[in-house]
Amino acid sequence: MKKQKVLVIGNGMVGHHYVEQLSSANLPVEITVIGGETRPAYDRVHLSDFFAGRKPEDLALTTRDHYHQIGVDAHFGDPVVNIERDTQKVITKGGQIFHYDKLVLATGSYPFIPPVPGAALPGCMTYRTIDDLGEIRAEAKSSKIGVVVGGGLLGLEAANALKNLGLETHVVEFAPQLMGVQLDSGGGEMLSRKIEALGVKVHTGKATQTIKKGNNTRLRMNFTDGQTLETDLIVFSAGIRPYDQLARDADLKVSERGGIEIDFNCRTRDTNIYAIGECASFGGKIFGLVAPGYRMAEAAVSQLTDKPIPFQGADMSTKLKLLGVDVGSIGDALGKTPGCIAYTFSDQRAEVYKRLIVSNDGKFILGAVLVGDCSDYDSLLQFYLNSIELPGNPESLILPAKDNTASLLGASALPDSAIICSCHNVSKGAIIGALDAGCCTLGDVKSATAASSGCGGCASLLKNVVDEEMAARGMEVNSALCEHFNYSRQELFDILRSKEILTFQQLLDEHGKGHGCDICKPVIGSMLASLWNEHVLEKKHLGLQDTNDIYLGNMQKDGTYSVVPRVPGGEITPEKLIVLGEVARDFNLYTKITGGQRIDLFGAQLHELPSIWRRLVNAGFETGHAYGKAMRTVKSCVGSSWCRYGVQDSVGMAIRVETRYRGIRSPHKIKLAVSGCTRECAEAQSKDIGIIATENGWNLYVCGNGGMRPRHADLFATDLDDETLIRYIDRLLMFYIRTADRLQRSSVWLENMDGGLDYLKAVIIEDKLGLGEELESQMAYLVDTYQCEWKTTLEDPEKLKRFRHFINEEIGDDQLDYVQERGQRRPATALERKHHKESNPHRIAITELSGRS
Amino acid sequence: MAREDWTYVCEVDELIPDTGACALVNNEQVAIFWEKKSNQLFALSNFDPVGLANVISRGILGSLGEELVVASPLYKQHFSLVTGQCIEDPQYCLKTYPVRRIDGKVQLKISKIIAR
Ligand code: SRM
Ligand SMILES: Cc1cc2nc3c(=O)[nH]c(=O)nc-3n(C[C@H](O)[C@H](O)[C@H](O)COP(=O)(O)OP(=O)(O)OC[C@H]3O[C@@H](n4cnc5c(N)ncnc54)[C@H](O)[C@@H]3O)c2cc1C
Ligand code: SF4
Ligand code: FES
Repeated sequence: MKKQKVLVIGNGMVGHHYVEQLSSANLPVEITVIGGETRPAYDRVHLSDFFAGRKPEDLALTTRDHYHQIGVDAHFGDPVVNIERDTQKVITKGGQIFHYDKLVLATGSYPFIPPVPGAALPGCMTYRTIDDLGEIRAEAKSSKIGVVVGGGLLGLEAANALKNLGLETHVVEFAPQLMGVQLDSGGGEMLSRKIEALGVKVHTGKATQTIKKGNNTRLRMNFTDGQTLETDLIVFSAGIRPYDQLARDADLKVSERGGIEIDFNCRTRDTNIYAIGECASFGGKIFGLVAPGYRMAEAAVSQLTDKPIPFQGADMSTKLKLLGVDVGSIGDALGKTPGCIAYTFSDQRAEVYKRLIVSNDGKFILGAVLVGDCSDYDSLLQFYLNSIELPGNPESLILPAKDNTASLLGASALPDSAIICSCHNVSKGAIIGALDAGCCTLGDVKSATAASSGCGGCASLLKNVVDEEMAARGMEVNSALCEHFNYSRQELFDILRSKEILTFQQLLDEHGKGHGCDICKPVIGSMLASLWNEHVLEKKHLGLQDTNDIYLGNMQKDGTYSVVPRVPGGEITPEKLIVLGEVARDFNLYTKITGGQRIDLFGAQLHELPSIWRRLVNAGFETGHAYGKAMRTVKSCVGSSWCRYGVQDSVGMAIRVETRYRGIRSPHKIKLAVSGCTRECAEAQSKDIGIIATENGWNLYVCGNGGMRPRHADLFATDLDDETLIRYIDRLLMFYIRTADRLQRSSVWLENMDGGLDYLKAVIIEDKLGLGEELESQMAYLVDTYQCEWKTTLEDPEKLKRFRHFINEEIGDDQLDYVQERGQRRPATALERKHHKESNPHRIAITELSGRS
Repeated sequence: MAREDWTYVCEVDELIPDTGACALVNNEQVAIFWEKKSNQLFALSNFDPVGLANVISRGILGSLGEELVVASPLYKQHFSLVTGQCIEDPQYCLKTYPVRRIDGKVQLKISKIIAR
């Protein structure tokens, strides 16, 4: 069968979703994509994260390579200018011609710029693409004042960006209130008040007449009421207009208010042409959100299968944090339904405004407006979406909860069909299915269903559903550490700390049972070290230490060890490098530069470790704790001392933090990095703690992870001075050490934390739990009691005794076997060993006890 | 012909409670453990049949249910201290050796194959 040629114009969020859905549907199609922007699809919804340090790559939803791999022919940067319906081909600006059997228009929309004279002057910008944001950032560097024209959702988001860029920020709105589409006038007023309190000036009911060059500033806005506003830059965010010109030129039907008209099948009036996303108009309406666009994409793909599903319109409810203010709008928020009843609650002091619109029989929610407190949003939305009948007194739904007035909807009350995540169309049923299929944590459910991986708005509801379901099926997350302790790691930590327990034995006697095991022993060993910082090879702690800690080296596949001295910040003198080379040569150790900016020497036997370390310690090296669940490395870039772009001394800071936190044992390993400017050569955003220099100090990123499930670190605080930076890290690390689970990297810890990043900020920055000082002094204790574990070991003959392979012979393991490769040795493979044995049956091993010194 | 004998390994106070040590006896690597709570000695082959290296003596001791076990330091399989049986995978069983303390000395019984 000949493959159908499907051509998609536009590679925005929706166009991309279409391509993904189509390519995974395994249909006999050839997919071609023509994207007008120079880069493949990216996450426009999180566009503003660009200002929080996200790079274009981070926002990318796909790559050219990926499209190539899945067989999609993709072209970027050359927009389509013409559709010839009779010959079924399209022509690009650059003159390329493509044929199609089916054509999909996913051209999205563009920002509307009001026809004001002067709106094209330099300094006037829009907020839609990555390139736009790049321009705004560049322009902001030489600006003091910024104005956003438009007080809708996007306008306020843009205002937030300008404010964060350090500009004096104004919002100019033509209508008498902010967010007129979503909020009623009461909500709009409350929002204005809250935003003004944050230092953004709000001008409502203002029409701009002209924009001129300014006197003291770059621009001056003249309003119809005669007033003026001086500013350096203007961002227009006065609504969007669908890109429908192509369709107009091709004589497809376009709706009165713009947008390519489509039917239930997402088809235009040409049956071979579909339109989806923000360029499409369904029932005279354009959906300016991504979820409806995704539903259109899915509906359009299904038309090519034998199971077509219709597009049925979509819900436009939204919940957002705008300039730090919670705002929610559900359904008919403005109360336009004839006969509807409205309940309004307003608390001027707490600056909370809520309005509930219910049907005239009082039975169903038709809409709601929430400003300043969105905690009821999830419940209200579910009442609304699932037409759940209301309790007798609907007003209780928005009144502040008195004790035990459980008016709100528990997740268990939701029907299986309830959509929990509207971005990815995940129903409660699908979540239950995932749990049935073996998922046993929130994280599992997220990765199995994609729920909560879009706008993130459903996160708390998702958690509720998962928690309730797990509880319901008795899966009650058993947090007991192992069969010997009926406590979680965090509980055990608190017990150790509050009862000042110093040994495993005491804890086992008083709070555990059995003999312990390879799960609880290392965890408790680690906690004892985090708390009291005694040497891990003290006799009383020895039996607790895991594979690597017990000999202060990482065990390799053949039972030998690696040696990784600390190289703080990756800075090393030539003399020290030479020592490393000499030691490696003398002991015939395989040598490799690690991914952590230091040098790993492999293949040392137990009895060789002390002599190797003696030489290293004498040369001024310390242990690198590569073996411990501990602070590992602090990666740095060369920074301002050499680099022409560096704005701070990143190496100096890296050495400072590495020296401060070296050796600290933790639930899992901890890695840090420090970059000297935003180019981020040290990859700090992939670390547990990332520090990036700014003109004014340091930006702190937290809870990143490389490894098997990479996670970008979150921006935690900006422009910190050295001392504040250290204080925050002290608190953060200690809080992590106290509360994380066994073997839980900081990334997963944060993801599982109730309240997430905001909560963490509240604890660390605002000291919400009043723990700040305690955490700091605990950290100070660890810093003060630091010892190089190898140095101490070398000074203690008792400890050294254990470093030999045989308790009764002075030789090494007699069965090791190596081959030479690229000038160094490595363990022989099973096959090579067999071969060695056959060729020399009497051979015991090739080990000569190398390099005694 | 096979002869069985107790062989001296080391002094008891060279062992550290709740850890292991490896002895070379008649060319065999033997892991000896002193499990403290039960105050018993155990001896098993030092060769880890899963990880294919001589490392069993460096594992962590503990109990799973009633069974006293050592966890291999390489890939963490558990072996019964008493029978040598691998808990996770029945195909593996470590050789065990009789071991005793006498007059402060640790002795091991090993079947010596008198060859050559
Ligand atoms: C030596 C090194 C590879 C190399 O040749 O470059 C290495 C080697 C090991 N890594 Fe790694 N990792 C090394 C850098 C990294 C990095 C890169 C980095 O730090 O910038 C990562 C990703 C970054 C991160 O951790 O977020 C990394 C992610 C892992 C992971 C996955 C962790 C995760 O959260 O997913 C493991 C497994 C684990 O820890 O559970 C791991 C575990 C290991 C272990 C310890 C496996 C083991 O138990 O034997 C390896 C033994 C080290 C040894 O014998 O000395 N290694 N490992 C690097 C040592 C760096 C150092 O100087 O200390
Ligand atoms: C700052 C910001 C924040 C937002 N926040 C949210 C939010 O929180 N929640 C939410 O649901 N939505 C949000 N949105 C809206 C959301 O981004 C859009 O609904 C979504 O991107 C629409 O997807 P689309 O593919 O239809 O259009 P687009 O993403 O605009 O993609 C259309 C693409 O087609 C290209 N194109 C146009 N014409 C042509 C041509 N002739 N030839 C080739 N290519 C062409 C365009 O260059 C563009 O790349 C936000 C938008 C912005 C700008
Ligand atoms: S991150 Fe910046 S300062 Fe550091 S090396 Fe790279 S460019 Fe230089
Ligand atoms: S609703 Fe957007 S991620 Fe779930």
